[in-house]
Order: sequence, then C-alpha cells, then structure tokens
Amino acid sequence: MQVALDFRPVLAAWPSLLSGAAWTLGLTAVASVIGLAGGVAGAAARRDGPAALRFAVGAYVEAIRNTPFVVQLYFIFFALPALGLRLPATAASLLAMSLNLAAYATEIVRSGLDAAPAGQGEAAASLGMTKTQAFLHVLAPPALGRVWPSLVSQIAIVMLGSAVCGQISVPELSFAGSLIQSRTFRAFESFIVVAALYLAMAAALRRGLLAAGRRFAAGD
Amino acid sequence: MVEFTAWDILRNLALAARWTLALSLLAFIGGSLAGAVAAFGRLSASRVARAAAGAYVDLFQGTPLLVQLFLCYFGLPLVGVETSAWTSAALALTLYSGAFLAEIWRGCVEAVSRDQSEAARSLALSPIQGFVHVILPQAARLGVAPTVGFLVQVIKGTALASVVGFVELTRAGGMIANATLRPLPVYAAVGAFYFAICWPISAAARNLEVRLNAGRD
Repeated sequence: MQVALDFRPVLAAWPSLLSGAAWTLGLTAVASVIGLAGGVAGAAARRDGPAALRFAVGAYVEAIRNTPFVVQLYFIFFALPALGLRLPATAASLLAMSLNLAAYATEIVRSGLDAAPAGQGEAAASLGMTKTQAFLHVLAPPALGRVWPSLVSQIAIVMLGSAVCGQISVPELSFAGSLIQSRTFRAFESFIVVAALYLAMAAALRRGLLAAGRRFAAGD
Repeated sequence: MVEFTAWDILRNLALAARWTLALSLLAFIGGSLAGAVAAFGRLSASRVARAAAGAYVDLFQGTPLLVQLFLCYFGLPLVGVETSAWTSAALALTLYSGAFLAEIWRGCVEAVSRDQSEAARSLALSPIQGFVHVILPQAARLGVAPTVGFLVQVIKGTALASVVGFVELTRAGGMIANATLRPLPVYAAVGAFYFAICWPISAAARNLEVRLNAGRD
C-alpha cells in the first residue's frame, strides 16, 4: 500500500488559508470580548442579583453547558427565523460563540470571586463605595486575574469550536479547508495543513493572552 | 407529503439518540484505553515515551474535533481502511477522548504522587508496588469526578459526527427539521434531548466531587 501525499496544491491555495485563519481569529476576538463581558455580568448577577435573575442565569449556564455548541449554532441560525429573528451566518456564529463563552466564563469568574477574601468587599464598603463600585473596582479585577488561565483555555476551546461555523458557510479556516479539498481533491493534505494552522493559532493565542494577563496583573 | 405529529418527531429523535449514546459509549471506552496508555507515557521515565504521549495530547487538544473527524474520514482510506461515517467518527472521538482523559489522569497521579511515593519507598515497596497499592487508589478517587464530567464533553462531541453524515441526534434533527419545515420545535427538542442526557451526568460529577474530596485537606 503506497500512500502518496502531495501538499503542493494545498499550499498553493495559501491566500484562502490565510483569509480563513483571519476569519477564525476575528470571530474569536469579537466573541471573546462579548463573552467575557457577559461572563462578568453573569457572575455578578449570580452573586448579588435578585432571586429570579439568579435562577435565570443559572438555567442559562446549565442549558449552554449541557448541549453541544453545534446544536446551539443550528438553533440560532435555523430555528430563530421562525420567531422572526433572521441572522446572517456571521452574526449567528458570533452570537452562538459569545453566548457559549459567556456561560462558561460566568462559572469561571464566579469561582474567582468566591476565592476572594471576605475582607475585600468589607474594605470597599467601609470606604463608602456602592456595591457596583466595589464590584467593578475592588472585587472583579483580582478575581479575573486569579482565573485568567482558565478563561484563556476556554477562549481557545471556543476558537477550536468555531470550526463548525463553516457548516453554515462562514468562510473561517475549516471552511477554507473544505473548499480547497473540493478544488484540489487533496482532502487529507488539506485538513493536515488546516490542523497545523489551528495548532499554531491555539498555541499563539494561549501564549499571547497569558503574557497579556501577566502584564495586566503586574500593572495593578 | 407525510404529516409528522409531535409524537413522530420525538420518537424519531429518541431512536437517533440511541446512536448518540452508542457512539459516546464506544468513544469513552476506547478513549479510556488510549488515555491510560498516554497517561502512562506522560508519567514514564523514558524521554521518548514522554515526548510521544505529550505530542499526542497537544495535537488532539490543540485542533478542532471537527478537523480530527475530517482527517479520520479522509485519512483512513489512504491506509487502506474502508471508511464510513461510523468508523471515522468512532476513531476520531476515541483519539480525542484519549488525549483529554490522559491529561486528567496524569494530573490526578501527580497530585498524590510526590510525598506518597517517597513514603511507599521508605516502606520498601518497589516502584510498581508503590504505584499499584499506594498511588493508584488515591489517584482513582481524585479522578472519578473529572472523568464523569468529561463524559459530558464526549456526548456533546458526538454531535459533530453529524457533519460527516453519521445519523445521530443532531443529524436526525436536521433531517426532521427539513422534512417538517418546523425547525423551531425540532431543534428545541434536540437541545432538550442532549440536556436530558448530559445534565444528570454533570450533576453526578458535581456530587462526586463534593463527596469524594470531603475527606481531603
């Protein structure tokens, strides 16, 4: 059995690969900002919100964490139009990624807040800060610092998960791979190259965000 | 055109859910074997074994499961294996699960091994005896909760097998949504099926974590 691999036609399509990688990173960047903000808001709501809100946020977190991302994406893209909300594929992908990240980030940030010494909140209150001020300026920053590595891992998971957005024809990296394999008939080679790009991107993302987190923490 | 009642939709989804469960079970069992081998490799004294197991874990944790599925689907025929959606999905999910389980289990062994293995040595147990009788029982106790929790990731991961044409819950949902032109209730039901399968397992993992770690610290 002779296996002859030929990567040349795949590598010749480098502009498509580059554009796909840029799409993947762009989707991840936008979803990370929205998802992290949502996670901080969700964690705050679960700590200090009224009972109904705490329950609603808890239900949302459990619903997202116990269903597959692809089903969440299909629900937003294929089912929501029946309710009159028709989103283009890119917006549907961003919404699905952001909602997914926000649910996991809610739990991660919450564990960071739980680890805060009780005196911290009391100190802020004794300085006459409101609850919101204390949360934003005193409690949240060190909590985020504590759980930053977990948040970075979760962002990387969301980036890898975004590969499925190609299924609703968002031109991200795995979609580029599918397109190249249909043009070159070099299916295995196409996805080897795509996998290598994802591997490099995930490593770079982790390293970059962890370094950024250390700088942010050092500047505190 | 055939009319689908709500009962028809639920019955067909329930039938497809059996394939989700079968694929999950297969991937979890296969992944446990692959994960055990890789965990031993990571903990081994041999540099080659450590590097090989580390590369395996990094590769499968650093690439999308979907791309792993495509690689198995298109790669198996290159080595002369007749491919199908079932075989490629089973292989990809097994390798994926193995990489994550290896890391979970390695972490558990390392969490107990430092002073415990010295204690075992001081009792004149051989390294193997120490591992089997001292380290492993404690590591297994630590590992139960995260392993059960990872089962949820495997079940959710099987949804991607729909992309290579394996008819499980997600794929069946898509087909029924197209046939009935009622995507909203169908995809909501698909989500509910996953939730009904995964949520009790997540809850069990949380309970186990509280119960099994109660005696520590």
